[in-house]
Amino acid sequence: MTEPTTGPTTGPTAEPATAPTTGPTTAPTIWRPVLSRAAMLRHDPVRQADLLIVPERIVVLNEEAAAIVGLCDGERTVADIVAELPEGVEDDVVEFLDRVRAEGWLR
Amino acid sequence: MNAPWAMLAELTHACPLRCPYCSNPTELAARSSELSTGEWQRVFAESAALGVVHAHLSGGEPLLRPDLAAIVAAAAGEGVYTQLVTSGVGLTERRLGELAAAGLRSVQLSVQSATSAESDRIAGVASFAWKERAADAVAASGLPFGLNVVLHRENLDAVGEIIELGLAWGVERIELANTQFYGWGLLNRTALLPTREQLARAEATVTKYREKTDVELIWVIPDYFDGVPKPCMGGWGAISITVAPDGRVLPCPAAYALPLDLPNVRDHSIGWIWEHSPAFNAYRGTDWMGEPCASCPRKELDFGGCRCQAYALTGDASRTDPACRLSPDHHLLDDLAGGGTWTFRQPAPTVGGGPGSVRRPAPSAGGADRSAP
Repeated sequence: MTEPTTGPTTGPTAEPATAPTTGPTTAPTIWRPVLSRAAMLRHDPVRQADLLIVPERIVVLNEEAAAIVGLCDGERTVADIVAELPEGVEDDVVEFLDRVRAEGWLR
Repeated sequence: MNAPWAMLAELTHACPLRCPYCSNPTELAARSSELSTGEWQRVFAESAALGVVHAHLSGGEPLLRPDLAAIVAAAAGEGVYTQLVTSGVGLTERRLGELAAAGLRSVQLSVQSATSAESDRIAGVASFAWKERAADAVAASGLPFGLNVVLHRENLDAVGEIIELGLAWGVERIELANTQFYGWGLLNRTALLPTREQLARAEATVTKYREKTDVELIWVIPDYFDGVPKPCMGGWGAISITVAPDGRVLPCPAAYALPLDLPNVRDHSIGWIWEHSPAFNAYRGTDWMGEPCASCPRKELDFGGCRCQAYALTGDASRTDPACRLSPDHHLLDDLAGGGTWTFRQPAPTVGGGPGSVRRPAPSAGGADRSAP
């Protein structure tokens, strides 16, 4: 059954920044993150929140996380996404994107 | 009061499968009573306005609704994420294409066991070939693909083979749902009840596969065995609504059996039903609880367990779920022994109904089965 989960609600800045040993930045082709077909990003006017909805879960995104996921259009590279966000968050953004990809919500 | 997040839309109770564990009510809603396309459109519009963002389109077999694509489109048009819950019977590549084009986001396919012979035996009808065909179609479509199997005495020993089947079909998620005893499942409880040894072996197999595969394996625990009740539906009237084929709205898909005056979308708005109907307020929150729940530190975690189970086993829906080891009724589960024969699910009568009425034989093809909440 579907249920709201806290998921990555804390967003990137609340997580310890650890550089991934493998991941998009070391992949042979440049990763241009895009939502997987399983995931739908939408604003919820009832709750004034941004949601990432997948087959069995609803993840409530905080403002930072929603901003990052909103930039994952399959065109922008990770570097492009970082460039559009406030300075100093690169490690956190990379880590966050990796985590969301590991969940299968980005590809 | 929080808004509901999710809806279980039981589009029809008709189903070509006859699974003895089905959680549909033993008095199935007749086809002639089903909501129209337009009524479902209104249900989705009102539900989305209230806060519903996710819907399981289920049944029965939802593919038996010829207007399923229009229903999917209605949900998608309101921004509601839809997952089809199907037996796969009737799910051709063409039908799936129509549904995907209408905005369907995900498919959950059921299977009854790992082999054609066993799956068909449990389903009570030849259906495995359809499931193979449906699996091919879903895998080819690129839609998120989950497999769902209800586990019981007759298939728990095959859980490894069932996982292998899912891997071969290319699924991303396998829901291994131990039978919960509602509806037809309660009727067949004795025949479905596994042994502790079976459960332990199956769980060990699942643990082993978790190390071998990235496919998500969801083990839905059997709630007669742990002494801890499930937090049913995340609380009564807290997260989810179930809409029945005939428009009745329930806080839980097993609540048909409760002595409640179930509200109907034909008489009331979804908003009124959620906020004001006596049925949705009957067991909301914790004020209704007696002991041992009222003073229990877990009351906000498991909400006293399942109201439907309390009613089915004790005759009083406000009692602690007997699945809880603290329940004074827990002994009701102690001496249950499994085994014996089962009664296959039968379709709703065309006219009239109720226990003892003459029932038609089952149809020969098509349909979805469901696990309990």
